[in-house]
Amino acid sequence: MRAVWTTPLASVGRAVFDFAAGFGRFSGFAAATVRALAAAATWSRLLIVQMTRLGVASLPIALFIAMFTGIVLALQASYTFTGAMPLYFVGVLVGKTMILELGPVLTGLALAGRVGANIAAEIGTMRVTEQIDALETLGYDPIAYLVVPRVIAGLLMFPVIVAFADALGIVAGWFTAINLLDMSTPEFMRGLRLFFTPFDIRYSLVKAASFGLAVTSLGCFFGFHTSGGAQAVGRSTTQAVVAGSMLILVLDAFWAVTLL
Amino acid sequence: MSIIVENVSKSFGEKLVLNGVDLRVEDGETLAVIGASGVGKSVLLKTIVHLLPPDTGRVLVDGEEVGLLRREALYALRRRVGYVFQFAALFDSMTVYDNVAMGLRREGTMSEPEIRERVLESLRRVDLTGLERRLPAQISGGQRKRAGLARAIATHPKYLLYDEPTSGLDPIMTAVIDALILKMARELGVTSVVVTHDMKSAYEVADRIALLHLGGIRVVGTPEEIRATEDPVVRAFIEGRPELAQEAA
Repeated sequence: MRAVWTTPLASVGRAVFDFAAGFGRFSGFAAATVRALAAAATWSRLLIVQMTRLGVASLPIALFIAMFTGIVLALQASYTFTGAMPLYFVGVLVGKTMILELGPVLTGLALAGRVGANIAAEIGTMRVTEQIDALETLGYDPIAYLVVPRVIAGLLMFPVIVAFADALGIVAGWFTAINLLDMSTPEFMRGLRLFFTPFDIRYSLVKAASFGLAVTSLGCFFGFHTSGGAQAVGRSTTQAVVAGSMLILVLDAFWAVTLL
Repeated sequence: MSIIVENVSKSFGEKLVLNGVDLRVEDGETLAVIGASGVGKSVLLKTIVHLLPPDTGRVLVDGEEVGLLRREALYALRRRVGYVFQFAALFDSMTVYDNVAMGLRREGTMSEPEIRERVLESLRRVDLTGLERRLPAQISGGQRKRAGLARAIATHPKYLLYDEPTSGLDPIMTAVIDALILKMARELGVTSVVVTHDMKSAYEVADRIALLHLGGIRVVGTPEEIRATEDPVVRAFIEGRPELAQEAA
């Protein structure tokens, strides 16, 4: 009989092994995706459709989040700075925080739910209903047909969505400042410009692109490796959202360490 | 040329599903593979087009070893093999028309008017004229099976693989599908493998019947030979009397 103390060790060992095996599978999947880029005739005509579905259709939720984030940032900045710093620092905080952190990260997390889940559920359902096998029998490379257009769409559209989110968050912060905080537009703009550099925008968009890559590739990966029935599709969807959200936070820290 | 399955084995984890299967499908014939549910009939069909690679053994189609083909050559071979899935596997976001046109568009050798003509011809062959604008969710189970068949024949394949084409259908629709299988063989001259557990269908459509049992081919013969066999395992299956197989074991 196994000693009691070995059970937790076995669990840890199994978890490490599962993680390593999953990482290996994901690496193989990523390599297959890069190889499938060569089949441009297959994926290029599907790209616009995916950019619309994953990008344009995600704008409302991203803008909704950004608007309320901008409002709250302005109010919290005012609450924090009152009596200690000039009020134009509200503009500093709203601008810097929206562009560097909350714009990309909150948008990324929201899209990990919306886009990641959507991709995993759709491809997972195609897997369990043999539609992916059907693609193969018709001579299509399913990676080129299903994965590449979604990953490229995520890579291209997440920065666009984040750019809109950054802008709307700042506009919402400005609107709150001039209406609720007794600030003027020149004061807010002075703060906004104070520590602004064009690098901030690049930083925000690079982060967004990496989030787009992470969310779409994980959604495709978990969907593609679904096996079983409806329950398995649900499990893949959950895994895609959880893994996508976690990877966004890891990438957020990674870019802060490497670029700032 | 033909389809040759040599000593193919396939396991899923601990479970050995196919254990050294040998089978040969002659040019122009229709071979029915029968066997109990879960015995590996669909797995065998999928190894033929390398949707599931065998663990050991090899499959030859038109003299080409499927497992050794490079990606593009494999896709080219698959385009010569029409595959009719058990639950049709139609792309649910596309209309019936676009489903049937998928293989033709992949070939890239036909103009859109030519594709349209071929799609309508394929739908006419399976009596689905007029449903081309419907989505798969808007047609019945039998119609979905026929749409899947239309998709498989649209590229004028040399081979047709049918995975349980009549499962879940009422007797009338089963007879319709059986008639279509015979019609495809007659009109298109295709070589067919029909996986089924429906003996009536097997007798109706097959030139030869193979029984898959315990991972291997138990017997192969013409419908008359299968009807006349004394093998208790075969008799148990075709008569639906499991006690015969148990007595023999």
